[in-house]
Amino acid sequence: MSSIGTGYDLSASQFSPDGRVFQVEYAQKAVENSGTVVGLRGTDGVVLAVEKLITSKLYEPGTNTRIFNVDTHIGMAVSGLISDARQLVENAKTEASNYRSQYGNNIPLKYLNDRVSMYMHAYTLYSAIRPYGCSVLVSSWDEVDGPSLYMMDPSGVSYGYYGCAVGKAKQAAKTEIEKLKLHDMKIEDLVKEAAKIIYLVHDELKDKQFELELSWIGKNTNGLHQRVPLKVFQDAEKYAKAAMEEDSDSNSEDM
Amino acid sequence: MNFYGGTIHNGFNDSRNSFGGFRGVDDYNFQPDIDRGFITRAHTPLTTVTSVLALSYEGGVVMAADLVGSYGSLMRFKNCPRIMRVNANVVIGASGDYADFQYLQQIIKQKIIEEECLDDGISIKPRALFCWLTRVLYQRRSKFDPLWNTFVIAGLQDGQPYISCVDKLGTGYEDKQVATGFGSHLATPLFREAVENKPLPSKEEAIAVVKKSLEILFYRDARSFDKYLLATVDSNGAVIEEPQLIKPDWSLAALTECP
Repeated sequence: MSSIGTGYDLSASQFSPDGRVFQVEYAQKAVENSGTVVGLRGTDGVVLAVEKLITSKLYEPGTNTRIFNVDTHIGMAVSGLISDARQLVENAKTEASNYRSQYGNNIPLKYLNDRVSMYMHAYTLYSAIRPYGCSVLVSSWDEVDGPSLYMMDPSGVSYGYYGCAVGKAKQAAKTEIEKLKLHDMKIEDLVKEAAKIIYLVHDELKDKQFELELSWIGKNTNGLHQRVPLKVFQDAEKYAKAAMEEDSDSNSEDM
Repeated sequence: MNFYGGTIHNGFNDSRNSFGGFRGVDDYNFQPDIDRGFITRAHTPLTTVTSVLALSYEGGVVMAADLVGSYGSLMRFKNCPRIMRVNANVVIGASGDYADFQYLQQIIKQKIIEEECLDDGISIKPRALFCWLTRVLYQRRSKFDPLWNTFVIAGLQDGQPYISCVDKLGTGYEDKQVATGFGSHLATPLFREAVENKPLPSKEEAIAVVKKSLEILFYRDARSFDKYLLATVDSNGAVIEEPQLIKPDWSLAALTECP
């Protein structure tokens, strides 16, 4: 890496001569080491899917989850350092709570996204602190605005998306997402596709075990963010595994 | 500097306007009392709501409270619901200052949302909510700024009927039946009569006693009203029914002509 040894990567409050802030780029590297996270936005809802890597067989299943409820109507999926991410979740919860106490309504996702990304950006400005080592996806649905999905990265930049991916296999996942016709897909199909993408991009050689996490929010959940019900989860997993097998079959035929 | 960290004045706003001079822009600048060297607090409730009744029955609890908000003796608001569903196991009811109840209601609602967000399947039980309420109310009274309410917490504590009560001083107690305000004088004797031979009446019996008590309160409590909410918590969950009307029978009143 060209940055090492130049001295310009020691602080987030200093540019390098070619106009980069290396500490922020390192934070983005931290995200790239993490399990893949996918967000898909269809006509009537948003699905979040996480490949949670299991680093030890001694862990109990279902712990250290990477999908959170920020409020009843907002979901957050995180990639990167989990402890950093939990702090962001806490920050987002506080924002949502403050908004409700001030205005008596649910916080609009657009507004929450602004607030949290401003907060993340603040951590890229000073020498005494380091940027957040995580990217987060936020999802919401309401009757007026329909589905919405945003992704924020350690630099504090955020965009709205139809579909997005972050983490280890984000390139592969993005290629898969681009194949989908998200504009006219229902949430029930999105769940299956999201599960399929996570299974597809998982690298069995490098990371042996992973746990799939799936959540949805949309018209069908009444605008509430929820982990998908067991039945839906199992169906999606089955669909994903079947697609994998088909894939490997056709590969072997080629050989 | 005074005790509160502000500058002590003579109690009057030191602008010339205190002496009846011209009214300038400064006149309309609100200056909190604390900056003038003293503190004021509400020492009386404004819009008030009257009794809450709660009675336990075999397998659950029933709670009822009317819908009027009184401004002094003026019957000012006719739709002030004050029974709140907390979760499938708990409801709370409030009497006293309606604004203070609404304030605490917002806080409790946010507590519930935060609890739901954790998604661990755990929800607050009535005794925990009761304990929390005693702490909140006791802290406020210790600041000499009480929330002017009496709260009744009713629900199922580990499957058993549970009722408790906290007043504005933070004093709390648990009982099989609770009535606040005027109801503590008029309804409690009726409740005790009803449970004398049968500690836990049936659901129908309990509801009948509560309805009768509401009717009697309507006759005798000048701050009461004939429209009320009734809630039950049992194995069917916490259900607040649509508003109901008392059907009064004034034939018992002396000097009233009835057909």
